[in-house]
Amino acid sequence: MRALLVSLLLLAGCAKGDAKTVTILNVSFDPTRELYEELNAAFSREYAAKTGVTVTVNQSHGGSGKQARAVIDGLEADVVTLALAYDIDAIASKSKALKADWSQRLPRGSVPFSSTIVFVVRKGNPKGIADWEDLAKPGVQVITPNPKTSGGARYNYLAAYGSAQRKAGGDEGPAKALVKGIYTNVPVLDTGARGSTTTFVERGIGDVLVTWESDALLVLAGRQGAELELVVPSVSILAEMPVAVLDGNVEKHGTRAVAEAYVQFLYSEAARGIAVKHGFRPTGDGVVLPERFVKVETFGVDAQFGGWAKAQAAHFDDKAQFDQLAVKP
Amino acid sequence: MRERAATREPVWVRRALIAAALAFLALFLFVPVIAVFASAFAEGPLKWLSAVTDRESLSAITLTLLTALIAVPLNLVFGVAAAWLIAKFRFPGRSVLLTLVDLPFSISPVIAGLMFVMLLGKNGPFGGLLEAHHLQIIFAPPGIVIATVFVTFPFVAREVLPLMQSQGNDQEEAALTLGASGWQTFFKVTLPRVKWALLYGVVLCNARAMGEFGAVSVVSGHIRGLTNTLPLHVEILYNEYQFTGAFAVASLLTFLALVTLGVKKVVEWRAAAT
Repeated sequence: MRALLVSLLLLAGCAKGDAKTVTILNVSFDPTRELYEELNAAFSREYAAKTGVTVTVNQSHGGSGKQARAVIDGLEADVVTLALAYDIDAIASKSKALKADWSQRLPRGSVPFSSTIVFVVRKGNPKGIADWEDLAKPGVQVITPNPKTSGGARYNYLAAYGSAQRKAGGDEGPAKALVKGIYTNVPVLDTGARGSTTTFVERGIGDVLVTWESDALLVLAGRQGAELELVVPSVSILAEMPVAVLDGNVEKHGTRAVAEAYVQFLYSEAARGIAVKHGFRPTGDGVVLPERFVKVETFGVDAQFGGWAKAQAAHFDDKAQFDQLAVKP
Repeated sequence: MRERAATREPVWVRRALIAAALAFLALFLFVPVIAVFASAFAEGPLKWLSAVTDRESLSAITLTLLTALIAVPLNLVFGVAAAWLIAKFRFPGRSVLLTLVDLPFSISPVIAGLMFVMLLGKNGPFGGLLEAHHLQIIFAPPGIVIATVFVTFPFVAREVLPLMQSQGNDQEEAALTLGASGWQTFFKVTLPRVKWALLYGVVLCNARAMGEFGAVSVVSGHIRGLTNTLPLHVEILYNEYQFTGAFAVASLLTFLALVTLGVKKVVEWRAAAT
């Protein structure tokens, strides 16, 4: 018994004492699972070659808002890579681990990758879905996650809202009617984008899935791809996915150097190539996207809604627009 | 004399009822269990083996076993102590204790998990203290163990309590009159008489400890290879379109459930025999 205890202690000692291995935790959102699996492996190789230090990057995935909540409640992330700036702002304002100026520390507003929102329908598009208005038609079942917990869901909502607002020359009346119609047609509100994708693809529920371009490309290339079709709306939203190093946590873990190198690596040519492979759009110039990426005109959250803080307060906070519209009679 | 049938229903009614019961069992129990194993081995035994021996699966297995290994003995001690107190003694607050034992049954596991996040999380009343001592409980294995202990608390107590109550205090009183000490009475008289109920409670407690999803999901933080238990790992693999992997790990859990069922049956036979 005693020998067992001693050997356990020794084992624990080895795991901690070895300075040549560093472990960091990247808390990310739903559709980036496959992306970061490959990015982490590439980063570990590069970092080991450069410094001789072996890095293990642990991953946690879930709805973006839910993940931010977990970090605020004490999930000790060294790096967060979330769906939208508001969720990282929430971490900055509610925990001491991050300063409010986080978005100015890395190039292009700390956004290495972007994406957009598209539709996936059943083969042959039986409900004839072509654009945002079609999602509100009676008899169409729409699959989209809950905007309270999912970043993708907030982009879905704002994309629908913004598209109607732009068509009406800025008038909010048609936009409100449109999102009300769409959410009346939602049978299941999952907590994250990946849950919604599974609901639509595996459980066969719904006529149209509103989702990340990357998730759409993933399922279309997958096992069930032949039974599905991609539909690109006339206009969509520019989804900017920011990253940040959590100062408080890296100081505590002594992992600042690795964490900084990791977020820098996300801007490298190698990382940009991996992002394209997984259906994400690297930011900045000189990106040539393959054929399978959709061509769509997009508007940004800043331009259309005056930034995430305003959009969040007007649409997703408690008793704001979404709560008023989505109430079932 | 002709033996009287237990019921006077016509044959076809009895047969129809039996058929309905069997069909229901087949549909809701046998078919799903077979489906789990069929999907797990859909791509051959080698694929199954590689899915359950991959680094993240192994760490999920280790964490699940570790959690059960801590939670079950703790609840064994707590459960016997609580049942013993309630069954053998009359004291103020006894009915409150009885209600508290049942509390984890009536609380939704998600709420239980959330309760621990509120209490022990960074912004909770103990958050500052824990952080000052570099103790990570929520979103780390200790949080998973605590949540599991809470959820599985009633199993042992609930199995042992009715038996202790029905047995009364006579034998213990006899032992004490004959000069046995309190501990002697407990270990030589009370405990042996409830051992089968106790074992049954442990089996159920263990099954739930390994299979718990809701409470553990809230406190886990879902860090792969670190804070994923088997049920959480199944969900992750499923969400990553690794269906064979998800079902391979699910088949492990199902297998554990079948073993539990077998042990439970043996315990019931032995208990009936004594």
